[in-house]
Amino acid sequence: MPDGIGKVETQRAVVFSDDRPLVLESGARLTHVEVAYETYGELNAERSNAIFICHALSGDAHAAGFHDGDRRPGWWDNIVGPGRPLDTDRFFVVCANVLGGCRGTTGPGSLDPATGRPYGLRFPLLAVRDLVATHRALLASLGIERLLAAIGGSLGGMQALQWSLDHPGEVGGALVVASSARLSAQNIAFSAVAREAIMRDPDFAGGDYYAAGPTGRPDRGLALARMIGHITYLSEESMRQKFGRRIQDAVEPRYGFDVDFEVESYLAHQGQSFVERFDANTYLYMTRVMDYFDPFADAAYLGRQVAAGDTSYLVLSFDSDWRFSTEHAREIADGLRGAGAPVTFRELSAPHGHDSFLFPVPEYHRTVAGFLDRLEAARAR
Amino acid sequence: MRADLDVVAALVGRDVRVVDLGCGDGALLKQLIARQGCEGLGVERDDERFHACVARGVPVTHGDLELELPRLETGAFDCAVLSLTLQATRRPVEVLRQMRRVAPRRVVSLPNFAHWRIRLDLARTGRMPVSAALPYQWHETPNIHLCTLRDFEATVAETGMRIARRVLLDAGGRPAARATRLAANALAVRAVYVLES
Repeated sequence: MPDGIGKVETQRAVVFSDDRPLVLESGARLTHVEVAYETYGELNAERSNAIFICHALSGDAHAAGFHDGDRRPGWWDNIVGPGRPLDTDRFFVVCANVLGGCRGTTGPGSLDPATGRPYGLRFPLLAVRDLVATHRALLASLGIERLLAAIGGSLGGMQALQWSLDHPGEVGGALVVASSARLSAQNIAFSAVAREAIMRDPDFAGGDYYAAGPTGRPDRGLALARMIGHITYLSEESMRQKFGRRIQDAVEPRYGFDVDFEVESYLAHQGQSFVERFDANTYLYMTRVMDYFDPFADAAYLGRQVAAGDTSYLVLSFDSDWRFSTEHAREIADGLRGAGAPVTFRELSAPHGHDSFLFPVPEYHRTVAGFLDRLEAARAR
Repeated sequence: MRADLDVVAALVGRDVRVVDLGCGDGALLKQLIARQGCEGLGVERDDERFHACVARGVPVTHGDLELELPRLETGAFDCAVLSLTLQATRRPVEVLRQMRRVAPRRVVSLPNFAHWRIRLDLARTGRMPVSAALPYQWHETPNIHLCTLRDFEATVAETGMRIARRVLLDAGGRPAARATRLAANALAVRAVYVLES
């Protein structure tokens, strides 16, 4: 793999304010919205080479490169950089933390201008459309009116999809990876258990735990939610290969209820490291955003928007993903095709479950690269 | 583009919704979409050919046509194309039936195993014919259900479909000389059929 993009910094922009508030899908208003974002590569003179990365549930603006002093790069570094599929020698890549997030963009942990205290659960419920509205406001501030492409996995794919449908002519290509246009009962059930874990934590305090300091947060609940989620991101096969039934730091089992198997230790670590960088309320809001997502519910709207737009779609799934299985991807592809959109669809083979979209699976990256190259070539003509 | 695909493209027509089953590198679909105003979808299982379709900007589903075809919505297309692919399917009659389900018109091209050269080859050498049109040894060929034009026409009749048109092709994939029609099953290298009803 060629060298990455090196050192990067997260930037901030205020994209909605008192005189120009954000009116949400629910009708609620946000009078101050700040966005944390990163950009890689150069915007060309025609402003036609922008690709927007929409991140998933636990992602952030730091998709690629290294922050000062960090040993690990951004969460999608393997796909962004010179010579990589999102080639920063040719494309201007933007990634922003989502509205409702906890990594620099306004969310439930931000101060409510009306009270001067953190919103907590007084933060309005969000829809994917609201996340897109915030991305668009950021792009407007950067002087970009049309994207060469929007790309995202999981919740990120939902944003790319919604964006292309709501704003015909703004998205040249939508790359929807390991995503869904409608969560199944099983998906919602896992979300529900994760939320219960958070809300039943005695430290949750109805979402008003911000004043309690770092030790008074619902960390146990959030860690548990993450552990549940993480199981659904992996496949049985990847867990078998990664851990098997090995015992942590020993050969013989200790026989007891403490962490004994390697997989237990791994999950505990995932939960623990997650609470250090994530906010429990954001977890509630984002899982709810996904539960309610249903962009094909109004068939007439879908048909109208597709007819008005010119988006090409790339819909990808992974054969080991059981959170958003290939059936979810087929529903997206069929829904878009039924409305008359050009859709390329592929189920890829990869062992990493739902998380496969984050791995440099060669045929996956080749497909993404080929699709983006084509969008670029079509634009040039 | 292969000469025989020009014939297929002409038979598909303009401004139709078309699915090309086993679309290869997408050359036919590209022509149909870019020059004939069609709305197109390809199905292709080979990785390299799939990438060729992506590079051309042709919408394509990666997968085995015999698995993907039953998933297509009934009547979703005006025309379904199967070009030099029927002989490589596991269940050719089921493929034809599924094509009828998804599209009122079907354009099917196939190599003619009763062409005189093949007959002569087999008679002379006693071994499975290997030619430019059928370039594989018996054990490695993907063409597991080869047939003659007469076989195909009989099978189509059994399915209740109607042959609306037949174009006989020469070795170059171009429409064959008029005289070929006198003994099509022996003289045509390939044929393209338009199936209706």
